[in-house]
Amino acid sequence: MNRTVRALAAALALAVPFAVAAQTGPIKIYNIVELSGGGATAGTNFDNGVKLAVKEINAGGGILGRKIDLQSLDTQTNPGVAKALSQKAVDDGAYVVMGPVFSGSIIVSMAETKKAEITNFTGGEAANITQQGNPFIFRTSFTQSTAMPKLARYIKDGLKAKSVAIIYVNNDFGKGGRDVMVKALDAQGIKVAADISTDPGQVDFSGAVLKAKQSNADALFVYTNEEESARALRELRKQGYDKPIVGETTLTGQKVIELAGDAANGAIAHVGLTVDAPQPAIKAFDEKFTKEYKYKSDHNGMKGYSAMYVVKAITEKNGKVDSKLLAKSLHGAKISAKENPGVLLDVTFDDNGDLDRESFLVKVVNGKQVVTDTLPPASAK
Amino acid sequence: MGDLVQLVFSGTATGAIYALAALGFTLLWQAAGVINFAQGEFVMLPAFGMLFFMAMGAPMWLAFLLTCAMSMLILGYGFKRVIVDPLIKHGVIPLVIATLGVSIAVKAMVRAGYSAEAHPFPSPFPAGQFALAGINISYADVGTLLMAGLIVFFLQSFLNRTVTGRAMQAVAQNTDAAKVLGIDVKRMVLYVFLINAVLAVVAALLVTPTYLAKFDMGDSIGQKAFFAAIIGGFNQTRGALLGGVLIGILENVVGFYVSPAYKEGVALVLFLAVILFRPEGLLGKTEERKV
Repeated sequence: MNRTVRALAAALALAVPFAVAAQTGPIKIYNIVELSGGGATAGTNFDNGVKLAVKEINAGGGILGRKIDLQSLDTQTNPGVAKALSQKAVDDGAYVVMGPVFSGSIIVSMAETKKAEITNFTGGEAANITQQGNPFIFRTSFTQSTAMPKLARYIKDGLKAKSVAIIYVNNDFGKGGRDVMVKALDAQGIKVAADISTDPGQVDFSGAVLKAKQSNADALFVYTNEEESARALRELRKQGYDKPIVGETTLTGQKVIELAGDAANGAIAHVGLTVDAPQPAIKAFDEKFTKEYKYKSDHNGMKGYSAMYVVKAITEKNGKVDSKLLAKSLHGAKISAKENPGVLLDVTFDDNGDLDRESFLVKVVNGKQVVTDTLPPASAK
Repeated sequence: MGDLVQLVFSGTATGAIYALAALGFTLLWQAAGVINFAQGEFVMLPAFGMLFFMAMGAPMWLAFLLTCAMSMLILGYGFKRVIVDPLIKHGVIPLVIATLGVSIAVKAMVRAGYSAEAHPFPSPFPAGQFALAGINISYADVGTLLMAGLIVFFLQSFLNRTVTGRAMQAVAQNTDAAKVLGIDVKRMVLYVFLINAVLAVVAALLVTPTYLAKFDMGDSIGQKAFFAAIIGGFNQTRGALLGGVLIGILENVVGFYVSPAYKEGVALVLFLAVILFRPEGLLGKTEERKV
């Protein structure tokens, strides 16, 4: 009997410091992103955004007085690796998992965080990510279902186009976006004159561009990842394409403009976040990011940065570090940029984990994004 | 018809770049019995070399010349002395494994230095296009074709019309007989490595504006160059040219008339067909070796 009591006491003595450390030690956050492979541009920006936010939050005393212990892991743009790394994050007791950014990876990896009831933010935009009844998944950008109708409306009213050629990348992100866009165009009475699929990582867009030219559509919608967008823009320029080129955030990101050079000029996109937006919080972010990393952030950097501040705002509102409670509180949450400048724009989350906020129409002029219009949140209409 | 001609022209320009890298494969194989699976990285490294010199303020032509010199020193002389010479006596397999190792090491080094992100690379040719007989032709395709064509023309002339070139061919055909004839075999083999290094720099200059400078850009180029060399005939320099151009044209035609999604598989299908029905390659000759 005595031996049993002694053993229990010893076990308790060992366990208490661990339990105390779990409540008072650093908050573990895992950033599982594409640091190599086809998604390196997106993942690196997202990673840098998260790191900058963590640096600022830790310098300001952390969250509820606890510092953040951030681990960045590389998925190699491989869904299988992303899943394994999510499992590692779960095993290590992560409070929140950030990423992956690519839709194809998060669709696979979020099963692990869901099982462990850990809040998981993603940069993925594929519509089906938040349509699977996972209460622990949250977006850092618009779902395609929100973004594409806004763009289709602009193609009809702004460009007065009656037909559109589509070049899309054949992965979860591109195929999902293409499907939603076709429906949105149809709803606006716009005809799809050419529907051109390309491969992830494709380097030669000559055939795709020639097909788009031959379709004689009034405008071209390009929906590919960043590097492919740059290559497509270069080929469009090379072949002298002279119709409006429109796209989503990945068409006019900073990295795309850098890679495509002059070929990016004239491209028009609907973007959820851009450092060229006039809001003071975004201007401040732009200055801090450029100072820290010596280059301008794209939307992915802003996604990572703002998501970390969303975690901070809701955790502090909850008053405790509890991942399950965090997810519960995020559903239906409204976070004001005035009270929490790090979130950059007023943002709301719905019951699926989709977010809503203002967005922008931009055009690339002389190698820079110029905001031509600010669109209200979809819920405001 | 106009579309087809445009596709063939543009495909020939792309294929000429594959051909330059494939030429390196065949030259090294013929002269030194080396299959260099780091050939793609031999194209990638000079791309970053040129970027480095341009970042230092050098104009593109100077960056190209400086990179040629660096490439001959490191990818030509250095590769031969450090990797090939010590391993060649152990046969082809250890050397193949070593070149695979070189490929991984070079990629890791470039990734560490330049990150995994793509970097923009300026085109040596003006943007835009012109119409000729109703066909739109880009200046970049014309420039690529001219430059690659001139390099190949001078290389063939050098190999066929100069004493050194003929000595190199003699070494490629029969090393022992070349030695008996008094040819400095070691020197000729070194020349081949140096030529391969320069071909890689030219391929890098032509292909990187499209591929963008990235640590893994050599994967695709190396693979296609290898397929081109096999398709044309591994023991024929003319075969490498044919293989490269054939892949370039077929990729474009399949990408347009079938689907862009299938174009990356063209080289592999052609490679399989050649291996099955004409293993020596389209222009290759059957070789017999004693085991």
